[in-house]
Amino acid sequence: MSASANRMRGGMAALPFIAPAALFFSVFVLWPIADSIWVSLHDWDGIHRMRWVGLGNYTELFGDDVFYTALVNNIWWLLSYMLAPVFGLAMALFLNQSIAGMRLYKSLFFFPFVISQVVVGLVFSWFFNGDFGLLNLGLHAIGLHGVSLLGNANWATPSVIVAGLWPQTAYCMILYLTGLTAVNGEIVEAARMDGARGWNMLWNIIIPQLRPATFIAVVVSVVGALRSFDLVSIMTKGGPYDSSAVLAYYMYEQTFLSFRYGYGAAIAVVLFAIMDIYIAIFLVIMLRQERR
Amino acid sequence: MSRTSWVVRFLMGALALAPVAARADSITVNTDQSDPQPKAAFQEVVKRFEAANPGTHVVLNVYDHEAYKQSIRNWLTSAPPDVVLWYTGVRLRQFVQPGLLADVSALWTPAMKEAFGPTAVALVTDNGKQYAVPYTQYQYGIYYRGDLFQKAGIGPIATWDDLLGACDKLNAIGVAPIDIGSKDLWPTAAWFDYLDLRINGYASHMQLMSGKMSYLDPKVRDVFAHWKQLIDRKCFVPNHAELSMQESQALLFQGRAGMMLLGNFITANFSPEMEKVMQYAPFPSITPGVARAEDAPMDSVAVPQGAVNKAGAMKFVAFMMQPDIQEMINRYEKQIPANTQAKLVDDRFLVDGRKLLQATPDHSQFFDRDTDEALATLAMKRFQEFMIKPDRLDRILADIDRARLRIYAPAN
Amino acid sequence: MFPRPIQTASPGARALYRVALPVSLIIWLLPLLAIFLTSARTAQDLAQGNYWGWPHGTNLFGNYAAVFTSSPMGRYLLNSIEITLPAVAGTLVLSTLAGFGLAKFRFRASSFVLAIFIAGNFVPFQILMIPVRDLMIHVFPLYNTIWALIVFHSAFQTGFCTLFMRNFMREIPDSLLEAARMDGAGSFRIFWLIVLPLVRPALAALAVLEFTFIWNDYFWALVLVQSDSARPITAGLQALQGMWLASWQLMSAGAIVAATPSVVVFFLMQRHFISGLTLGSVKE
Repeated sequence: MSASANRMRGGMAALPFIAPAALFFSVFVLWPIADSIWVSLHDWDGIHRMRWVGLGNYTELFGDDVFYTALVNNIWWLLSYMLAPVFGLAMALFLNQSIAGMRLYKSLFFFPFVISQVVVGLVFSWFFNGDFGLLNLGLHAIGLHGVSLLGNANWATPSVIVAGLWPQTAYCMILYLTGLTAVNGEIVEAARMDGARGWNMLWNIIIPQLRPATFIAVVVSVVGALRSFDLVSIMTKGGPYDSSAVLAYYMYEQTFLSFRYGYGAAIAVVLFAIMDIYIAIFLVIMLRQERR
Repeated sequence: MSRTSWVVRFLMGALALAPVAARADSITVNTDQSDPQPKAAFQEVVKRFEAANPGTHVVLNVYDHEAYKQSIRNWLTSAPPDVVLWYTGVRLRQFVQPGLLADVSALWTPAMKEAFGPTAVALVTDNGKQYAVPYTQYQYGIYYRGDLFQKAGIGPIATWDDLLGACDKLNAIGVAPIDIGSKDLWPTAAWFDYLDLRINGYASHMQLMSGKMSYLDPKVRDVFAHWKQLIDRKCFVPNHAELSMQESQALLFQGRAGMMLLGNFITANFSPEMEKVMQYAPFPSITPGVARAEDAPMDSVAVPQGAVNKAGAMKFVAFMMQPDIQEMINRYEKQIPANTQAKLVDDRFLVDGRKLLQATPDHSQFFDRDTDEALATLAMKRFQEFMIKPDRLDRILADIDRARLRIYAPAN
Repeated sequence: MFPRPIQTASPGARALYRVALPVSLIIWLLPLLAIFLTSARTAQDLAQGNYWGWPHGTNLFGNYAAVFTSSPMGRYLLNSIEITLPAVAGTLVLSTLAGFGLAKFRFRASSFVLAIFIAGNFVPFQILMIPVRDLMIHVFPLYNTIWALIVFHSAFQTGFCTLFMRNFMREIPDSLLEAARMDGAGSFRIFWLIVLPLVRPALAALAVLEFTFIWNDYFWALVLVQSDSARPITAGLQALQGMWLASWQLMSAGAIVAATPSVVVFFLMQRHFISGLTLGSVKE
């Protein structure tokens, strides 16, 4: 359905349709991006006048240990979130059967994604609680020592990531379940005739056909990992002593708890720059598909 | 408004959006007193004020504590209410110096100054003028389980050695000696404050708070050396980094921990059974001869410079200075009135508290009120780190001092 | 079909699958089951440290009632509804119009405009935080009202929804519109009479999806509103953590209350939800 000749012509005719959305989007998304970059070049506490510091905030940021902790944690989030498509696929394969009640099972498995991250965070804080959490109860039962995961600098980030993977895996699972319904049955049967089985079949026949689902699953997982604010805010507030901070949370903390708006904006700009890489990749792939 | 980019100014002009004009006979009061009892106290003040000033209408807006600290900056720099609740000391001056709060010296007659006492007056004074009216105060100290202390055979805690001894004895009976929830960070600062006050004294502490003294100073190291003794003896509850202040209290009430350094607000959470066994003691002395000072934060009310109904606001603030009103508020809040002529509610913790505060002229306002907020936020995280990794002390102190130098650098 | 249908497997494997399915579901939902069970516990049980043992009595109804009587939970719930419904409507209006403009008109900047909408949809919220908050305080006096959230969500979600609508509308044959044009219908008539009825499924899918997105938002609720009168349930629940001290039975009941509406919407409109979510993951 490439560019058909009889589509309506003219940007002017399209303007009244696009203008309202474009206006809102410009005011609340585009202009703020520019303004944040501007603020990041200043020292500002929200009370006194803004004071121009040029790249001062960035120089300080690149010498700030917490910034690197947050950056490294962000990378851990990103890498760990790549497990969501893997687990999601595994669950989808497990559930891709047509027996009575399967629909209900699928929706119950999907359930965690529908719930707010605030609730997910509360549920897991509690699950992980070193004093009375269900997890530690289990560990004790099998004779292991309990740990207070969220109060421990080494365990806090992995624990929060586990909480995040729960809804994220559900999300990927649904993408793959939908993808599996579109898998070409004839090709699968033909491959079976040729003796393809199990892993071999999955790797060579199924996964290539699931490429669109994988693409979306990876994209949403990357975005989810970089947006990891809610769970950190609910479960650890970046603690203990910044060990579980991520850029999104550190930015919030510097802005609203330390009242360093310029510094906060500089952190946001760095996060934005990282995200831009993914946005660019996504756009290139998207637009290339369009052209085809 | 402090930061007016030209675009914003243009848009404002274009839209001509003026804040809704306030009626001359209406007073808007913003507070962070969202807990049930303090909230009720403020509602009662409003009721009595309206009764005393027929025709005047008071609008009371209540926010929760954390949200309030953020929003007050927005109001003061854009469309302020007529009266705001705020702190005293350094945190008050941070709004006074950019000219955001109005001079209320007219209310501070010599008789009033006498009634509040020099400590309170000094805490609302900047450059010889007064900018707020304190109405309540609470003492910090050690709240402990009398029953457990008795069981462990612990006598009164008057000195540092007493405290260390109590740790050992409580550990011996399987009770975690000192309860703390460091997830909220600020409880750690109470320990820092008191160790510094007891080791180096009030004057030195305030030097440090105002950024004039280095965190690399041997005096500060001495504070951490004492702190480390407590850590080494396993005085603090394990897992404190996982507990919020509220969650940590449960350990005390369940008898799993023996004592807690906290403000008197903890007494509001005592159940009738706890009420019977809980005891209060001022923080012990450490360096002999150092004059005692107490962490005793005050809350006050102030009038923003941009208040629409300034005359009404002054009247309201003056009303809150009265002894009977302060008595009423503090009856609800179970705290100590700032006006010493106001009667105290009959409560053993408060009676002890007022005695203590009247005997000590120097009242610090707590770490995160006495020093810059950005520095406090950073330092309290480092205190928590120290409590878990005491061997990182050098890096921790260097880190805090770097922030001090940046924050207190002379503005260019 | 892959994997091979379980019906063709051996009886042993079939039986194993039938057991594995519910067991894995219970493990998967264990954290949720735990808070549900806790929401039925009595305060006494929890105070005595009986978190997981056999309960001494239950207080399911009492706890849920207490959530509403002892806290502004009712207000939060209402706020969430008052924020979410208009925001979903706003974003649908904006994006349906824009989607039509981008799908059915040819002009040079078309892909550029689309690219901006898509890119904007992915930006981290933090880069918008300080300026958006400033706009709501100083330019549009909406700060700390539900309108700040309604306006912002409508604007931000427009990015994703426009892409969605535009892709959907491209599937409408141009000949259909051309015929109407021949009859002398203007662009708005065409939009209203021909396009809109055809995109109803897409609207339904988006509406459900956006409902959960906006309902579950926490970050903007934290940034743009401060008082109970405007707080949605996500931020409200967080604020209640302090008030309910260690009253886990109330906290978990509150969490369940907060989760219920989006779960109900999901179960009622599951088909739409999933078709919205999986757009683009099936077709190449």
